[in-house]
Amino acid sequence: MKLVVAIVRTERLSDVLEALFRAEVRGLSLSRVQGHGGETERVETYRGTTVKMELSEKVRLEIGVSDHFVEPTVAAILGAARTGEVGDGKIFVLPVEKVYRIRTGEEDQAAVTPVEPVAAEV
Amino acid sequence: MTGVNGADVAWMLVATAMVLLMTPALGLFYGGMVRAKNALNTLMMSVVAVGFVGVAWALLGYTLAFAPGNALLGGLSRAGLAGVGLEAQGTIPHLLFMAYQGTFAVITAALISGAIVERMRFGPYLAFLTLWSLVVYAPLAHWVWGGGWLGALGALDYAGGTVVHVNAGAAARVAALLLRPRKDFARQAILPHNLPMTLIGTGLLWFGWFGFNAGSALGATAAAALAFTNTLLAPAAGLVVWSLLDLRRTGRVTAAGAATGIVVGLVAITPAAGLVGPLGALAVGALGVVPSYYALLWRARTRIDDSLDVVAAHGLGGLTGALLTGVLAQKSWNGVADGLLFGNPRQLVVQAVAVLAAALFSAAGTVVVLRVVALVAPLRVAAREEGLGLDVSQHGEEAYARDEGAILVLPDAGTARPAPAPALVTEGSRA
Repeated sequence: MKLVVAIVRTERLSDVLEALFRAEVRGLSLSRVQGHGGETERVETYRGTTVKMELSEKVRLEIGVSDHFVEPTVAAILGAARTGEVGDGKIFVLPVEKVYRIRTGEEDQAAVTPVEPVAAEV
Repeated sequence: MTGVNGADVAWMLVATAMVLLMTPALGLFYGGMVRAKNALNTLMMSVVAVGFVGVAWALLGYTLAFAPGNALLGGLSRAGLAGVGLEAQGTIPHLLFMAYQGTFAVITAALISGAIVERMRFGPYLAFLTLWSLVVYAPLAHWVWGGGWLGALGALDYAGGTVVHVNAGAAARVAALLLRPRKDFARQAILPHNLPMTLIGTGLLWFGWFGFNAGSALGATAAAALAFTNTLLAPAAGLVVWSLLDLRRTGRVTAAGAATGIVVGLVAITPAAGLVGPLGALAVGALGVVPSYYALLWRARTRIDDSLDVVAAHGLGGLTGALLTGVLAQKSWNGVADGLLFGNPRQLVVQAVAVLAAALFSAAGTVVVLRVVALVAPLRVAAREEGLGLDVSQHGEEAYARDEGAILVLPDAGTARPAPAPALVTEGSRA
C-alpha cells in the first residue's frame, strides 16, 4: 500500500478529480493549503502599499491506494494537473505501514480496496 | 430662477442621488453571484460606469439624447454641456435634469456586465462601456424621451423599461454571444460565492429604484407618489410569485430566487410605474416575473453563457413590463393614455413596436461597438488568467486577501526582503 500525496493548483482541481474518477480511484481527502514552489511572485497593490504574494493557494490531495493502483493514480494527476508553468505542484508517493478501515476493522489491502458503491439514501 | 419649483428641486436632488446608488448596488448584486476569485472584477465592472459613462454623458451623451435634433438623434448644440445652466427645464434646473438622466445612462451600461462576467479584459471593457453609452444608449433615450420617433408614436415608457432594460437585455445577449462562454461553463458547477452580498445589493437597488421610478415624474407631484407606491407593490408581488414558483418546483424558497424576484418585479414596473393604478402594479409584478422565471430555467440548460441572466431578468422583464403597460395603463390614474383593458388596443401595438425597435437597434449597435473594440484589443483574458481569477489578473488585488506570505515592497529597498521584524515593537512606533 502507498499513500499518494499530491499538491496541485486550485484551478486544476476539478480536472484532477475528474481524471481520478475516470481512473476509478475512489476515496481521497483534500485540504486547502498555502505554499510556495518557486513560481513567480504575484505583485498586488492596495492604495499606497505594494506587496509580493509569496504564498499561493494550493490543494493537497491524500489518496491511500494498493500498489497496483499507484501508477494509474499518478498518471491521472500528472495529466490533469499540468499547465507547463512553474507552480504546477508535486506528487509524493509514500510507503504505508498499516491501514485500517474504521467501519469494519478491515486491515491493509482490504481496507484500501473500494467497496461497491452503495445506492445513496434518498 | 423663474419656473423653478423648490419642492421639485428638493425631490429631484434626492432622486438623482438614489439612482446613482443603484450602480454600486448592482455591483453588489452581481458580485455576490460570481466566484470569489472574480468578485472585485465584477463589482468594478459596475463601479467604473459611474466615472466613464458619467463623463461621456456630460461631454457628448446628453446632447445626443436630449438636444433638439431629428427623429433619430439629438443635435450637438448641448455638447460639453453648452447652454445647460440653471434655467428651468420643466420645473427643475436644466443642469439637474441632465444629472438625473446621466445616472440612467450609467446604470444601463453597467447592467450589461452581468452577461460577460469572469472573462472580459478590463481595458477593452472600459472602452466598450464608454462607446456603448454614446452609440447605443444616447440614441435610444432620444427616440423615447428626447423628442424622437418612438415618443412621437405614443410609446409609453415611464422610467425606462424599454430604454434601460430591454436595451441592456438585448445588448447583453449579443455581448454574451460575442465573448463566448467561460471556459468552465457547462463543465463545472459555477456557484455564487456570497448570496448575502447579493441580497444587500437587492435592498439597495430597491431603495434606489424609488428615485428611478418616482423621480421620473420630474417633480414632487402626485404622479411621483403613484410611481413610488407602484415601485413598492410590484416587486412585493414579484417576490411572492417567484417564491411560490420556487416552492412548487423545488419545495424550497431560495435566497437567490427572492433577490431575482424582487429585481424582475422592479424591472417589470419600471415602464408602467406612473401609468397604472396600484392594483395594476400588483398585476404587473405578479405576471411580470413568470416569463423570466421560466426563461432562467431554460437558459441554464443551454449553451448560452449569459452568466447572470441579464436577458431573462432585464430583457424579458422589461419586455413583459412594457407590454403590460400597454394592457393596464389607466387614464384615470395617469391622465395620459389608456391601455387595452381600458379600451385602447392600439397602445399594446405601439408598445410592441417600441420594444422590438429598441431590441433590434441595441443588438445591432452592440455588435458594432464590440467588433470595433475587438479590432484594437482582444476582448477575452487568457485561459490561464481566467483560471487564476480576474481579481488578480486584471486588478492585482483580491477581494478576500490574506496577509500570510505577503511581503511588503518598500520604495527605497526595492524588492529586497525586509529584515526580520525586531523582537519588540512598541505600540504606535509604526507610522
